[in-house]
Amino acid sequence: MSYNFKAEMNKPERLAPGHRMCAGCGGTITVRAVLRALHEGDKAVIGNATGCLEVSTFMYPYTAYEDSYIHNAFENAGATMSGVETAYNILKKKGKIDDTYKFITFGGDGGTYDIGFQSLSGAMERNHDMVYVCYDNGAYMNTGIQRSSATPMYADTTTTPVGTESNGKMQNRKDLAAIIAAHDVPYVGQSTLLGNFKDLHTKAEKAIYTPGAAFLNVMAPCPRGWRYPTEDIMEICKLGVETCYWPLFEVEHGKWILNYEPKKKLPIEDFLRPQGRFKHLFKKGNEHLIEQFQAEVDRRWEELQFRCSKY
Amino acid sequence: MAATDITKITEKSNWQDITLGNQIYGAGTSKLFKTGEWRTQTPVFHSEKCKQCLLCVPVCPDSSIPVCDSKRDEFDLDHCKGCGICAKVCPFDAISMKEGQ
Amino acid sequence: MAIRERLSGNEAISYAIKQVNPDVMPAFPITPSTEIPQYVANYIANGEMDTEFIPVESEHSSMSATIGAQAAGARSLTATSSCGLALMWEELYVAASNRLPLALCLVNRALSGPININCDHSDSMGARDTGFIQIYAENNQEVYDNFVQAYRIAEHKDVMLPIMICQDGFITSHAVENIELLEDDKVKNFVGEYNPENYLLNADQPMAMGPYAVSNYYMETKMAQNTAMNNAKQVILDIGKEFGEMSGREYGFFEEYRLEDADYAMVMIGSAAGATKDAIDKLREQGMKVGLLKLRVFRPFPDEEIANALKNCKVVAIMDRSECFRGKGGPLGAEIKAALYDYAKDVKAFNLVYGLGGRDFTVEEAERIYNDLAAYDKDGTAFEEYRYVGLRG
Repeated sequence: MSYNFKAEMNKPERLAPGHRMCAGCGGTITVRAVLRALHEGDKAVIGNATGCLEVSTFMYPYTAYEDSYIHNAFENAGATMSGVETAYNILKKKGKIDDTYKFITFGGDGGTYDIGFQSLSGAMERNHDMVYVCYDNGAYMNTGIQRSSATPMYADTTTTPVGTESNGKMQNRKDLAAIIAAHDVPYVGQSTLLGNFKDLHTKAEKAIYTPGAAFLNVMAPCPRGWRYPTEDIMEICKLGVETCYWPLFEVEHGKWILNYEPKKKLPIEDFLRPQGRFKHLFKKGNEHLIEQFQAEVDRRWEELQFRCSKY
Repeated sequence: MAATDITKITEKSNWQDITLGNQIYGAGTSKLFKTGEWRTQTPVFHSEKCKQCLLCVPVCPDSSIPVCDSKRDEFDLDHCKGCGICAKVCPFDAISMKEGQ
Repeated sequence: MAIRERLSGNEAISYAIKQVNPDVMPAFPITPSTEIPQYVANYIANGEMDTEFIPVESEHSSMSATIGAQAAGARSLTATSSCGLALMWEELYVAASNRLPLALCLVNRALSGPININCDHSDSMGARDTGFIQIYAENNQEVYDNFVQAYRIAEHKDVMLPIMICQDGFITSHAVENIELLEDDKVKNFVGEYNPENYLLNADQPMAMGPYAVSNYYMETKMAQNTAMNNAKQVILDIGKEFGEMSGREYGFFEEYRLEDADYAMVMIGSAAGATKDAIDKLREQGMKVGLLKLRVFRPFPDEEIANALKNCKVVAIMDRSECFRGKGGPLGAEIKAALYDYAKDVKAFNLVYGLGGRDFTVEEAERIYNDLAAYDKDGTAFEEYRYVGLRG
């Protein structure tokens, strides 16, 4: 699967404009990139957990999707798509459908890491031929930036506010890609928005066209929740990767593969500094918090390198 | 099988005219909703500087940089929300942001 | 020729499912409905039907997947009881508001707590406002017959609503009784193919389902749903008649048992009607004019029809097999009293609660209630209203 950037950009859009996501949203950039990996001629049903993406892309009577689309509720995007995919199998078997369909469902980290976790786990374990894409912006942005289990430690959110007695969220984020990989699904990929989108595109294409369940975890910054100027999104994603906060890796049939190793790993401050949610970490006297953050990034990075080196 | 004519469904529609279960038959109807008026700053395309590298295309959250025959076109200002990501990623200064609509 | 068999309620509805052969069935086990997915899985494992079974990880997911499958264009169903129904609560509303004609085989069981696996109607009565059609049964024959009619009602173009086919946990679901089954081809012809007009997998036209809708659309959407539920009344009668022509067993909104000239009547739902009918026969022999209205269809609610059937009674006992903690009786009592107020003001009605958490309801208790109604009527003997039948203390 070679990546021809220009040819990909020539493809018809599968996410129409006119949706109500915020200016500079990382979520819709992610959706566009993933849907672009669908082969022309293949049809798709797109699913969605409740969240910013859903309420903004399908406000009655306006749908932004060029494919069939279903939203059900917050915690059941996995189960809902299980039903759609199973319906496809039986209707195809009965000769009621000729076309090839692919099944892709999107959820934010709230609908994926937290409230929709059980439904996702069930869908992955049953190995439905579908892709679940988490656009991870590290908090419940739709309801106003509350912490999730994807929120990084020390982030200032509306339910982990920074105050005289608080430095923001007290816990580390959950490593969901590793948890889904432990379901022994055929494909798991972690990516973000980078350069010419080769990494995300390639992973999305693998996820869509590998038979069975696949999971993509995509860091999709939210300018409102992370508090940075909208135009800086690509720089922030790049810093996430170069600091090894958000490593690029995939797990193919149980084999862990590290897709990118920075020549010079940047200090975590470079990722934290541009984001208003970490502003308090740069106050005098809080240096140890950044050190702790760095230590956790290092620990996870080493663990990932170890996992990937075993193969 | 007729697609839903969403121009006939408005916030003033009678209940008899709301589609069954709020289903919409057809696709991409959001194009009819113009988000361009949200803009507080507007991208300006300097075609003479553009090398058609297309790096601006995938970074647009609003699918507002149309591509035709491997070449980008003028901005879709009916929908562009003016986030400025495209201007920031352009390696050739072919996009600048101006204040206002 | 009809097939004579001996089956439990769970076996009976599973047999009907096999004959209808729907496309997709997601389900999660919960007593006492667990046998239904087990029987279906066995039929599939032995090539007797080609439904796709999804062994989901919860009831919330079973209804979610049923919604997904039905939206995709597949005739779908699930089965559950009690807390399982409670867990899928929000999804019941979604199925109804999306106008998906899916089926739910409910085996009625008490809600926790305390945890209790036996019959009452607190699960389905709590779901009465979700927008599901609700049809109840007294015995396994009615369960079977109701399921055979289910999709015809739900999928009718004037209806397009999900349907709940209810039976009493253990009493009906596990008790083996004689039953008359229909031949496979008769059922298949009666139910017909499912050919939805719009569905996610329609290659000719994509569609979108489940939007965010602002206030300006919400009430209009609900009125459309409510109208569909009203339309279901005529459809239920038409299908019940057509089913009768095929099977010899016609169905309406309710069964009137020796009600026509009754002075004293009971209104109830489900299996306890059996004991009540025995009491009626006994009391009739003693010259008491007593009768029963056994409600089959609770949603849509046939209020005028119920009131008309009761209008010549002197005193009526409305029997609720669930508690709704309004301090004055159960949901059936509230709704039927409202119907009497509108259409038969002169009928005196009392509301009693019985059978919670599987408490037996006996012939003797039914007799006592009729005698109490008569005593109240004859000499004004105080009737202990809003009593729990069979309560100690």
